[in-house]
Amino acid sequence: MQVTVTVNGVPETHDVETRTLLVQYLREVRGLTGTNIGCDTTSCGACTVLMDGESVKSCTVLAAQADAHEIITIEGMAAADGTMHPIQQAFQEHHGLQCGYCTPGMVMAAASFLQEHPQPSEAEVREGLEGNLCRCTGYHNIVQAVLAAASPPEAVR
Amino acid sequence: MSATATEGATRVVGTRMLRREDPALLSGEARFVHDLVVPGALHMAVVRSPFAHARVTGVDLGAARAMPGVVAAFSGADLAGEWAAPMPCAWPVTADMQSPAHYPLAVDEACYVGDGVAVVVATSPAAAADAAAVVDVAYEELPAAVDLEAAASDAAAAHLGAPTNRAYTWELDPDPSAVAAAFAGAAVTVSERYVQQRLVPAAMEPRGVCVVPQPFGGEVTVYSATQIPHILRTMLGMTAGVPEERIRVVAPSVGGGFGSKLDVYAEELLCLALARRLRRPVRWTEERTEAAQATIQGRGQIQEIELAATADGRIQAVRARIVADMGAYLQLVTPGVPLLGAFLYHGVYDVPAYSFSCVGVFTNKTPTDAYRGAGRPEATYAIERAVDTLARTLGQDPAEIRRRNFIGADQFPYASVAGLTFDSGNYEGALDVALGLADYSGLREEQGRRRRTGTRMQLGVGLSCYVEMCGLAPSRVLASLNYVAGGWEAATVRMLPTGKVQVVTGSSPHGQGHETSWSMLVADKLGVAPDDVDVLHSDTAISPFGLDTYGSRSLSVGGTAIVMAADRVIEKARLLAAHQLEVAPEDLEYEGGRFSVRGSASRAAELGALAFAAFVAHDLPEGMEPNLEGSATYDPVNFTFPFGTHVAVVEVDTETGRVELSRYVAVDDCGNQVNPLIVDGQVHGGIAQGVAQALWEEAAYDEAGNLLTTSLADYLVPAASELPSFTLGRTVTPSPSNPLGAKGIGEAGTIASTPAVVNAVVDALAHLGVTSMEMPVTPERVWRAVRGAAGQSQVEQSQIEQSQISTTGGGA
Ligand code: FES
Ligand code: FES
Repeated sequence: MQVTVTVNGVPETHDVETRTLLVQYLREVRGLTGTNIGCDTTSCGACTVLMDGESVKSCTVLAAQADAHEIITIEGMAAADGTMHPIQQAFQEHHGLQCGYCTPGMVMAAASFLQEHPQPSEAEVREGLEGNLCRCTGYHNIVQAVLAAASPPEAVR
Repeated sequence: MSATATEGATRVVGTRMLRREDPALLSGEARFVHDLVVPGALHMAVVRSPFAHARVTGVDLGAARAMPGVVAAFSGADLAGEWAAPMPCAWPVTADMQSPAHYPLAVDEACYVGDGVAVVVATSPAAAADAAAVVDVAYEELPAAVDLEAAASDAAAAHLGAPTNRAYTWELDPDPSAVAAAFAGAAVTVSERYVQQRLVPAAMEPRGVCVVPQPFGGEVTVYSATQIPHILRTMLGMTAGVPEERIRVVAPSVGGGFGSKLDVYAEELLCLALARRLRRPVRWTEERTEAAQATIQGRGQIQEIELAATADGRIQAVRARIVADMGAYLQLVTPGVPLLGAFLYHGVYDVPAYSFSCVGVFTNKTPTDAYRGAGRPEATYAIERAVDTLARTLGQDPAEIRRRNFIGADQFPYASVAGLTFDSGNYEGALDVALGLADYSGLREEQGRRRRTGTRMQLGVGLSCYVEMCGLAPSRVLASLNYVAGGWEAATVRMLPTGKVQVVTGSSPHGQGHETSWSMLVADKLGVAPDDVDVLHSDTAISPFGLDTYGSRSLSVGGTAIVMAADRVIEKARLLAAHQLEVAPEDLEYEGGRFSVRGSASRAAELGALAFAAFVAHDLPEGMEPNLEGSATYDPVNFTFPFGTHVAVVEVDTETGRVELSRYVAVDDCGNQVNPLIVDGQVHGGIAQGVAQALWEEAAYDEAGNLLTTSLADYLVPAASELPSFTLGRTVTPSPSNPLGAKGIGEAGTIASTPAVVNAVVDALAHLGVTSMEMPVTPERVWRAVRGAAGQSQVEQSQIEQSQISTTGGGA
């Protein structure tokens, strides 16, 4: 079947098999390998992307379901000049990543979460990231990064 | 990129410099094995045994071969000729160790659920998976050795024809009569039994391998999600019969390892053999179920520990007896894992008599091997739980009984009863800082209040004081433990013509930030900016020598090799500078990237300019070779011994059994730190993994040997919502064993946290009569323990009443 998906602002039309998952479409058809795969039970969140601004686990969405929708992946987060998105910057500044495998999904989940909770508490951040697993960081610095990204710039230490 | 200014001679070591690895990982540019685009690559799927133990009586590949997209399919018998040797175990701990031959595919006998019996190669992963599903394997099910203790007594044979399930017995019993005398004369003894449940390492990146035959010369490149590209190259060559020099192993970005990628796996060998046979690139990406079943698991021990103590709580002897679950086969270092803890069952305590023994036992379950901490978490758990029991038995405070038994700060270097030399330490110092950060006395007051009021939510405080041995390892010591390789690390530092620096390291990072830390080390040593230092690693064509990353070794061993290599660059540059400035080499001072003549600082030569001069080689001293490059290989003189105290605070709901970790304080001493930001991260992640063993994780098997926790929906890797933020503190006691004074921090959090948390749970319930607790500490276990203790005290109460009645009756 034919799908037209706008990924990081670029619409393209491709033929895909009906069983193609969005994550496969992004990685194999669009060549965007930043979105990772960590499980097959919708448990890990490594594959999280934004669909029309809301986070989805791209391993549970069919490419067909993304037809005529807008997807943002980790590759689409930085500004055109390469400046990292404030959430990406906060992850670096707070050492919110080690191996980096969970990181693209974690950043996308944080982006969607902060849209809905611009001034979250620590507990809200922890609940909000519940669907994204990280085996390296113990979450401490991820939570710090998300809290810092939420604060207005002058409040960032 | 660097957050810290680095002009001139400003030192960067010790600062919280941001990681240079991050931009690529944060932007999606980093490439993991699964991300590599390899034209024409075929995809492998493995057909795995659904039985824990079965005879393989037939493999019918006809239907699979007829499926669309399938290029080839093979049984274990079909590929038997591919192997020059069985898969390697590098640690035959005893001369008489049993080790059943282990091939990448089973031929006649499958020995665990997940043991590979056939492979399919197809043009897409989906086609390979679809075809693997129709491979028809005939099995004859056999009795399986599942329960560890039953297996130890040979209730069922894990391998047909093996005389026993016991792989080995290993003992460390330097003075049996001293141990016997200590127990005979003890005022108090403690005898405990603990079960170290099996754990799934669950790195977020599953394993992956892609083998690409090169068109000319018969070389082959193996891309693998591995911690050990160098060891893998040698072992692949020996096992698949490929000349080692023809194999190049590359570990691209690797998404966590924790020991699970410290191995030589069947799938790596299969892809290599299939690529050789089919002359096409062959790749495989692990599914999460395979990660649970066919990647090594950690822990898996039954521990018995006994303490002999004086009436005031001084420990006089420790005796530990371990049964260790090898699983179905010995992987790379499976049998040696318990030995890494064997010397540490007396923990941080000055104990005069010691005895340890371990029996390694085969079961029909996934092989075990090194998992974060490897042997040391198990040892620390046993001694730290037993010391708490001793404190409870004597009615002493757990902090005080630890203090009473510590190896004193004035006793270092400390010759341990188990035969090690602990390099340096101040255990009481770390305890004091931790107790202060946790407000220990305040917690005890609050606990007392809750106990008095009998409130439903009880408070528990758990301590864990640990010492570990890392910086693996002095090669001579490894020899004495029958390990077949050395423990050194290699490095090269080279100046490029433009004055930039290349560092080549044999360590192989997978999240530890080596590029950042190694650039800091070299920047300070050479007096250049960290951004001018590039770090190359994880490719055997770039760094031919190396022993890779595990056992918290990379800084203390690999980092030392790097500074030694940098010193050699400086020494050569000094000769060239002396030649240019027409002075004696010893008249030059080196500081901030320039040599200057002592007493006349304006006469100077910059390192960058010297590098260019050495490159063009127009005017070198007589006999000097062009270019500035230094290589070094460092073999450590001793292990390093990081230590610290962790304090866990839990709230336990005595009605539902729910445990909440409400606070966590970690005070660690890893000697000198290169980058405290990275040290913090290592501690955080380690704590989370250790807490997870205490509270949630278990690779659970049913009686037939089926793994029940095969997905991340069943196997409870904690999420952010289940953990608190951590309070970290640090003391700094440099190691005298290496010039960096560094000890290692990769595993400390995992080693310390598990006993701290379980001790806290028992502490919360001790006044109710709870004295023991198995891991993981589920609400059901807590609830049963509370009910059991209450029932026990009711029984005791009614027995007392009954005896009073009968006494009364008897008197009437
Ligand atoms: S890959 Fe794990 S949730 Fe999508
Ligand atoms: S940084 Fe490794 S899994 Fe999150």
